[in-house]
Amino acid sequence: METIKKEAYKHKSGFWHVVKSLVSGARLTLRHFANANKRRKPVYVSDDSYFKQPDGLATLTYPYEALPIPDNGRYRLHNEIEDCIVCDLCAKVCPVNCITIESVKATEDIGVTSDGTKKRLYAPVFDIDMAKCCYCGLCTTVCPTDCLTMTPVYDFSEVNIKNMIYHFTDLSPEQAQEKQRLFEKQQEEMAAAKAAALAARKQQG
Amino acid sequence: MLAFLLTLMLLLGVVIVLAYAERKVAAFMQDRLGPTEAGPYGSLQAVLDVLKLLQKEDIVPALADKGLFKLAPILIFAAVFAGFAVIPISPTLVPAGIGIGVFYLLAIISLDVIGLLMAGWGSNNKYAMLGAMRSVAQIVSYEIPAGLAILSAVMVSQSLDFQEISYQQGVLMNAFPGMGYETNWLFGIQALGIDTTNIGGITTWNIFRAPMLLVAFVIYFIASLAESNRAPFDIPEAESELVAGFHVEYSGFRFAVLFLAEYSMMVLVSLVAVILFLGSWNTPLPNIGSVALANWTTGTIGEISGNLWAAFWLISKTFVLLFVQLWARWTYPRLRVDQLMYLCWKVLTPVALVVVLLAGVWRLLMI
Ligand code: SF4
Ligand code: SF4
Repeated sequence: METIKKEAYKHKSGFWHVVKSLVSGARLTLRHFANANKRRKPVYVSDDSYFKQPDGLATLTYPYEALPIPDNGRYRLHNEIEDCIVCDLCAKVCPVNCITIESVKATEDIGVTSDGTKKRLYAPVFDIDMAKCCYCGLCTTVCPTDCLTMTPVYDFSEVNIKNMIYHFTDLSPEQAQEKQRLFEKQQEEMAAAKAAALAARKQQG
Repeated sequence: MLAFLLTLMLLLGVVIVLAYAERKVAAFMQDRLGPTEAGPYGSLQAVLDVLKLLQKEDIVPALADKGLFKLAPILIFAAVFAGFAVIPISPTLVPAGIGIGVFYLLAIISLDVIGLLMAGWGSNNKYAMLGAMRSVAQIVSYEIPAGLAILSAVMVSQSLDFQEISYQQGVLMNAFPGMGYETNWLFGIQALGIDTTNIGGITTWNIFRAPMLLVAFVIYFIASLAESNRAPFDIPEAESELVAGFHVEYSGFRFAVLFLAEYSMMVLVSLVAVILFLGSWNTPLPNIGSVALANWTTGTIGEISGNLWAAFWLISKTFVLLFVQLWARWTYPRLRVDQLMYLCWKVLTPVALVVVLLAGVWRLLMI
């Protein structure tokens, strides 16, 4: 064992060995320098050269070039509010509570979603705080109408953190107030009708 | 005064190009892109860096030795810049053509060491102090092999005047006053019978006039890396252990001056290497029979063509050497202090002594 080590040491030292290793190091960097006219291409992960890092510069100038991501990439959330039945399931399942929903019962018929589910509620508030979201995707799996989805957009940093809260509601505050008022009015009318019916029954009885 | 301004302008231009080249070369060798945003291909990056430094606050530490601290960058730069005074740019253009240029250059560059010590001591910072001490130890040690290598070139040229040494290494030799009847022989040996006086080009460069100067050149180049604190001999500024070495406390304008001095030093040592060993401002292309490449690429002395060709060859050769400096920096790891001293005292100095001896003997054969 000792002799082998000594031989290896002898083999790896001495003037010519040093010169040889200096030259091989210099050749390595010069080769990289000479290959600097080639660039890494922004290719998809399925491409053969994706992991191999062929010759040339590895940097991509990000905002101008970017590696393509899968079409079904699961990054920023998007809610298609037209199809949302405001069932609150997503808000309940979210592990970090970053979805805030407020609902108002509709007084009239507000139609159906694209898959035929009847809509009964307005959502004056439907906020998702992307700064808190951990992109676990649970909310999208529980959504009964598949209106909450994840999109391939991943570059949405903001200077002001308040802008990370995305508002998906399609009602303006005035509209929301109006709906609330209508709903209250309907409740009152119903209560009045109920009281009237009760009084009538009492009189009958 | 005009020479002073011109040299300063030329130097600033070269240093800006060099600083940009350093970043790009480093990037390309590491498979990166380097600066890309400022100007086309990031070419304004170095200029913007300097502008940024000039805008920064000039901080003097409260406990620093203020006089030394403030004076040091100027002294360091002045020492290096004074060295440029004797560098001939073309056959007729030299800021100060004094007869003992080589001697003056070696002496004035050594002043650099005092500035480094002032900066290190004045900063009142342990990293700066360590960096300055290492730097001085290194520069003083490496002056010996560098000096010996220069000495062998001087012995072969029999002159301490950079301009005379330059003239000797090309087709214009006989135009220098006092050398009208000299002849250059291949390898300096008359017995070979090949007269290269009118062939010129690479055959009359000092490394060909006396082949052992090739070894001297390599020694000088290695020593010059150490003298300008460049990797692999950058232990005075070893970022990972000393933060930045002697200039750790400097900021703003003073840092810019130190930075400029460091890059000027690189340029200066490369210029000296080119002038002493690689044919100075002479063209590398020889006259071959009737194809007078050397004459065509030399121009006429004293006229615009002569000056432009000479400056072009001098600067392009210098840039080749500077590229090698960058190349070495981004290839080799830093030496340990003991390895540095081993290389200097046990390898380079003995070899340089042998080369000096050989150069002396060769000079006897050349007569
Ligand atoms: S992806 Fe996960 S963390 Fe983000 S909103 Fe949906 S459930 Fe919440
Ligand atoms: S789970 Fe889907 S339908 Fe229900 S509130 Fe959330 S987004 Fe709307």
